[in-house]
Order: sequence, then C-alpha cells, then structure tokens
Amino acid sequence: MSRRAIAWLGRRLPSGRTLVIAAPFLFLLLFFMVPFVAVLKISFADPQMSVPPYTPIAELKDGYLRITLSFEHYRAVLSDPVYVGSYLYSLQVAALTTLICLLVGYPASYLIARADPARRNLLMMAVMLPFWTSYLIRVYAWIGLLKNQGLINRFLMWLNLIDDPLKLYHNNWGLLIGMVYNYLPYLMIPLYAHFVKLDNALLEAACNLGARPWQAFLTITVPMSRRAVIAASLLVFIPAVGEYVIPEILGGSNSLMIGRVMWDDFFVNTDWPSAAAATGAMVILLLLPMAWFQRLQKREMVQP
Amino acid sequence: MIRADKWLGNGYLALVFLFLYVPTACVVFYSFNESQLVTIWTGFSFKWYRALTTDEELLSAGLASLKIGVATAFAAVFAGTWAGFVLNRYRRFRGQTLFTAMINAPLVIPEVIQGISLLLLFVALQEAIGWPARGMLTIWIGHTMLCVSYVAITVQARLAVMDESLHEAAQDLGATPLRVFVDITLPLISQALVSGWLLSFTISIDDVLMTAFLSGPDSTLLPMVVFSRVRLGLNPEINALGTLFIGAVTVAVVVNNHFMLRRQRQRERQAGLAYTKGSLGGIDEPVRLDKGSKP
Repeated sequence: MSRRAIAWLGRRLPSGRTLVIAAPFLFLLLFFMVPFVAVLKISFADPQMSVPPYTPIAELKDGYLRITLSFEHYRAVLSDPVYVGSYLYSLQVAALTTLICLLVGYPASYLIARADPARRNLLMMAVMLPFWTSYLIRVYAWIGLLKNQGLINRFLMWLNLIDDPLKLYHNNWGLLIGMVYNYLPYLMIPLYAHFVKLDNALLEAACNLGARPWQAFLTITVPMSRRAVIAASLLVFIPAVGEYVIPEILGGSNSLMIGRVMWDDFFVNTDWPSAAAATGAMVILLLLPMAWFQRLQKREMVQP
Repeated sequence: MIRADKWLGNGYLALVFLFLYVPTACVVFYSFNESQLVTIWTGFSFKWYRALTTDEELLSAGLASLKIGVATAFAAVFAGTWAGFVLNRYRRFRGQTLFTAMINAPLVIPEVIQGISLLLLFVALQEAIGWPARGMLTIWIGHTMLCVSYVAITVQARLAVMDESLHEAAQDLGATPLRVFVDITLPLISQALVSGWLLSFTISIDDVLMTAFLSGPDSTLLPMVVFSRVRLGLNPEINALGTLFIGAVTVAVVVNNHFMLRRQRQRERQAGLAYTKGSLGGIDEPVRLDKGSKP
C-alpha cells in the first residue's frame, strides 16, 4: 500500500478515543434504548393465540404493505378503571413510602454523619449491609413479624396492649412497612454523603451568634440539604412506583400496584400488547421525575 | 441540655437500627427452630439445613443461579468499568448527555419496565433473525444490565477522587494509554471493582422480575423457586437458606470493607510520608506511592 493510502486510511478509521467511547455507548444503546422501540411496536399490535402471542403490525401481502396499528390498548390503559386505579394507587404508595422514609431517614443520616469518623463509618456500613443481603429474604422476613400469630402481635398481646391481633399481613400496612424497610437505605446513603461533606463553620458561626442548636439545624442544615433530599427522594419514589415483589408478598389482594397488573397481563392473561402499552404509559409517567434525577446526578458527577 | 440531646439522638438511632435488623435476625434465629410452625419455638435443630441438602429443586436452581451470578458479576464489572472510565475521562463528546442518561436511568427505572422491554427486544430479534431464544443467555444479559450502572457509578466516583498527576507522570514516562490503565488505574480502583463484583453477584442471585421475564422453559433459577414458595407464606427451609445467604454476604462485605479501610490508611500514611520526605529533601527526592514501598 502506498504511503498516501495509509495516511488516508488513518484519517478515515475511527480514532482510539472514538472506539473507547463507542463500545459502552452501543452496548447501552442496544440493551437499554432499543428495547423501548420493541415495546412501542408491540403496544400497537393485538394479542393472539400463537407464538409470539401478538399480531404483526406490518404485513407484505399481494404487493401491498399493510400496517395495522391498534390504539385499543392505550385507550384501555387511559380509561380502564383497573389500570387508572392501579396507576394512582402506585403513585400514592410510592409517595407515602418516600415521605415516611424521609421522616425516618433524614434525622438518622444526619445523626450518623455527626458522629465521630470511626463510629460513623461503622454505622453507615450497618445501614448498607441489608442493602447487600438478599432482597427477597428481607421482604420474606417480615411475614414472621407481621402475621396474626407473628412476633409483633404476640409481643403486643404479651404486654396486654391489645386483645385481638392487629391485621398487618396481606394488607396495606404490611405493604407500606415492607416498602419503607426496603427503600430506607436508598434514601439514607445519599443523604449521609451530603451531611458528611457539610461545612461545620456555618453551624459554628450560627451558634456563636447565639442560635440554639435546633434553630441552627432548621435555618441552616435543612435548607442546605434541599437538593440532596430531592435526589434521595427520587431514588426511592421512581422505583417504588413499579414495585412488584413487596405488594405480592406482603400486600393484600387489593394492593393492586401497577407492577402487579403488568405481571398478570403478561403471565396470567398472556396479553403482551396491553402489558407493553402499560409499560409505555409508565415510562411517560416517570419521564419527568427521571429527567429531574438525571439533572441532579449529572451535577453531582461534575463536582464530586 | 446537650447531654439530653445526645441521649435522644442515640436512642433514635438505636430504634432505626432495630427496625433494620430485627427482621433478618428473626430469620436467622428461627432457622434453627425444630418446629414446622416457624414462629413457635420448640427446640434447637439443624433439621432445616439438612432438608436443604436433599431439596433437589432448590439445589439445581441454586447451582444455575450461582453460575449466572458469577457470569453476571464479571460481565457487569467489565462493562461497568469501561463505561465508568468513559464517564470520568471524556467530558465532551457527541451523545454525552444520552450516555450519562443511559447510565443513570437504570438506577431508578422500575425493574418491571426494564424486564418487559428487554424481553420484547429478544422476542422481536428471535422473530427477525431466529436468535436468541429465552434462556441462560438472555438472563445473563438482563442481569448484567441491572448491575452495570452501579459498577459504572462506583468506578466513576472512585476515578473522580484519584490523583490525575499519576496518569500524567506515567504518560510522560512514555507509557501507552492501555499500559497506564492496566498498571496505574486498575490497581487504584481495585476495591471499587471488588465491591461492584459483590453487589452484582447479590443482585443477580435474588432477582425475581428480570429472571421471570427472560427465562425460558429450561432455566429455573433460585430466586424464582424461592419466590414461588415465599408467596405462600413462611417456610422453615427458606429461613435456613436465607441464613446461609446472609452469613455469606456479611462475611464478604465485612472482609472487603476491612481491606478497603486498611489500604486507605496505608495510602494516607504513605502520602504523609511522601509529603514529609518531599518537604525535607526537596522535590527531586524520589517518592514511591505504589504498594511496593513500606514505611
């Protein structure tokens, strides 16, 4: 090959930098973004008894390309009380979970961050440890506590506080307790990371100027943590909307969160197009909070 | 006043940790219970651990899950490190916003969405090119997608606090970018890789949703077996299995954390040493920061 040809090739071939960036980019594109195209396609099809269980949307027949788009499933998702109800219910449960997690986790992560360094590392590891152990086992563990003859009821009855067992298992109480328990570490980890970086000088200044500790906490610490609170809340709220395992194990038959409806569409009714339409609607529903989370996360990455 | 506050704070933290740990402690405690009725204590016994060893369904699913877990952990660490490296090193490129979005979104997106969409992709692919059939391969890809973001974010965060001058020094001394990555970057982020590996493994081994959507008729994994039993209520065998799992993960995390702290302290000591040496003997004093130098 002549030298000129090699130089030409050198200019045309992608540089090392491009290749290094392109590899993970294409990987994520293929397995994260492209799947949504498949969802979109199948949400416009109709279910049928075959493999795969939906009708083709484009058919080449007698020289005609026939494209059949069914909007039926989107109409159903938007008007069927089962879908609408479960979307609203999921949003409610997720919002309540986030709120309780914040009430419990905000002071807890603040207190841990204020402890001396050796102790706070240990405590934070203790918060993260359940996050590493089996999620399924941790949800399951609550059955033994919440049942009618479970530990909580037996304990309360032993104390003579109640005469009849409280109903906590297979209903909304169980669901909510399980949700808070599981999502609490997700909220505490980013909040702790924020509090630990917090500058003490401001608080000291406030105290020197005569503010009581509570006053300093309310007028300085709380307003400064606004962004961290939002990020942590989104980290709980968004996945909580689509939760499936916790309502299935701890919730009652009426704890119909959207994740369960989608699962049933898929595995029980074999109605893939409806499940796809419900997925599409959920993506749209969560697009705004996800964009918000992305903005906060990106800022975090630029200035760690 | 201050003392009262302190007591109040400690008491509150104790309650929170009670909430976090009582459920798993109960699982461990009652796994040694002889009775079939899980929460009624009748006597100490290893009965349910013995039952585990003869439970064919659980054992074969466990073995398959172990394989998928290890494969997922390696794949996620590989892809995640690469992505995290790109995230940290290249700040401006076309599609950078999309790239960070694709890293961050899986952290929060409900798994049911990711599961259905990946399944529909694989079904559409199979229709078009006859591959891949649902089974171990599709589960492997799905699990890797669940974990890759965690690894990428961890690696990115670790790289962000790394001293850039080390790279520059190596490059000035004539090392190729690949050599710099293998000799300098990888050893420095090795703890992040170990924790990423462990986290990916544990995510893979008890993931219900992705596994259910992507598994074929011949691939039954542990989380699906556990889930189908747990749905029916308490089960003493699951307590025993859970205890084994909790024990293994606790040991792994504590050991990893121990090494991480030790290395961090070592590094700080060496940095301190380098600083005093530098200030005493002038800048031309050779300073070795790698693990070869022992104070």
